[in-house]
Amino acid sequence: MRRRVLPGFGISLGYALTYLGLIVLLPLAALAWKATDIGFEGLVRLLSAPRTLAALRLSVGGALVSALINVVIGLLVSWVLVRYRFPGRRLFDALVDLPFALPTAVAGIALTTLYAPKGWLGRWLEPLGIHVAYTPLGVLVAMIFVGFPFVVRTLQPVLASLERDVEEAAESLGAQRWQTFFRVILPLLAPTLLTGFALALARAVGEYGSVIFIAGNMPRKSEIAPLLIVQKLEQFNYAGAAALGVALLSLSFVLLVLVAVLQRWSNRWTEQAA
Amino acid sequence: MNAHARTRAIAWPRRLVHVALIALALVFLVMFLVLPLATVFVEAFDQGVKPYLAAIVQPEALSAIRLTLLVAVIAVPLNLVFGVAAAWAMTRFAFRGKALLGAIIDLPFSVSPVVSGLVYVLLFGAQGWFGPWLDQHGIKIIFAVPGLVLATMFVTLPFVARELIPLMQAQGSEEEEAARVLGASAWQMFFRVTLPNIRWALLYGVLLCNARAMGEFGAVSVVSGHIRGLTTTMPLEVEMRYNEYDYVGAFAVASLLALLALLTLAVKTLLEWRYGDEIPRTRPVDTRKRHGT
Repeated sequence: MRRRVLPGFGISLGYALTYLGLIVLLPLAALAWKATDIGFEGLVRLLSAPRTLAALRLSVGGALVSALINVVIGLLVSWVLVRYRFPGRRLFDALVDLPFALPTAVAGIALTTLYAPKGWLGRWLEPLGIHVAYTPLGVLVAMIFVGFPFVVRTLQPVLASLERDVEEAAESLGAQRWQTFFRVILPLLAPTLLTGFALALARAVGEYGSVIFIAGNMPRKSEIAPLLIVQKLEQFNYAGAAALGVALLSLSFVLLVLVAVLQRWSNRWTEQAA
Repeated sequence: MNAHARTRAIAWPRRLVHVALIALALVFLVMFLVLPLATVFVEAFDQGVKPYLAAIVQPEALSAIRLTLLVAVIAVPLNLVFGVAAAWAMTRFAFRGKALLGAIIDLPFSVSPVVSGLVYVLLFGAQGWFGPWLDQHGIKIIFAVPGLVLATMFVTLPFVARELIPLMQAQGSEEEEAARVLGASAWQMFFRVTLPNIRWALLYGVLLCNARAMGEFGAVSVVSGHIRGLTTTMPLEVEMRYNEYDYVGAFAVASLLALLALLTLAVKTLLEWRYGDEIPRTRPVDTRKRHGT
């Protein structure tokens, strides 16, 4: 019925599919195709090289830890922004999106300057023995920065629409405030927190621009997987770069599927509890 | 009265917790967001205003600014047309594989920027699929402007579509159907009904798309070849100057990008305040919900 009234189905879908095919699918097919060039043995050799393993571990491990930290900080920040009124609240709310808007290279050099031994933050941390710039800790800081808005922005609308009556019920039944938070509010937020976690994770796994400046890029210590891809490319090792790219993509998809499964499970649990 | 008295009785310890939580959140926001932003400008003006201005009017900086604008002027409108077409098809018609299409549109967001550039090197680079053919015909894509545009298009492809799909889904097609029944042509319907309904969300998407297009680093860095004055966009110029220990120069160009980011945030916030209900709380919200699967 609709199809007859509204025009443009063929042309809009056709255009969208052609565009997607040319810009996204064909290039990704080339990636998969080129990756097979190194063969199974080559793949095993590439992936079992200590340097590759270390880089993948740093990219994936760092992304997991940074997403976890972002869940905690994001919960705090979105809670404060949604529930409390204080001067400058709207300004800070707008500022949350800065990591989206600020080019990664700019964020990278700014964070490096900030955490360098003589930087505003580095000069306080160095005497305590905390070295951030040019260490894996720096990688983590950059990953937290780029992933930060995801958790806050996913959580905010859900927090704002959370019915207060559940909390009031818990409290009228004698629950302490912290009990209400951990046993009533947090379980309700779990699926949303997982969504934010997944988004921050996906962003951090492949992050490049903000990380390479602060990382110091020492092989097997603070070298991330995307940088290894760039290096292979600079040595004209296209197949190696492609294989590593496929490995990185596959790893992040496996992680995202795991999070989705976890989410479905937590959703069901929340629904049953409700 | 009773309830009021009760709130006041429990108010003070709770008030203390509120203040502590707000303070903690602000400490984090200042440390992680305000300080990096401030660093950019402080470092840029480290030697004063003159060296700052001198760093910006250098020919390489000016050509980087021109190239950044050129890339955005090509990539953003192309993704705008794609976004409108994709959103129209996905929200106004029923067809099989819609969920898959939505997932593919979001795909560039979960691909590492480096890989987004790499895929075009594999297609058009010297050893790529079309490399030899392009070489014979004297066409340069990689280490040239077309490569920069393609990589930018890949990275920024989802932005406009993502804003429009949830909005057009929520708006429904009744107004457009009415226009058609009353005899409007397809283009009349589009320009007089559809476009006015989606204009703010469209602007919002274009804004985010443009910010990313002008600031993209990883993807363009792979296809650029870093040829000064020819294939270096502003973020790449920042990188090259920084690696040459020209900190004032690097932060001077970076400050322009930071200003662009601040401008983007300001317009974005303004749009949210004024036209909030015409912009689905965009953000990186759960995609599964947005595509209605």
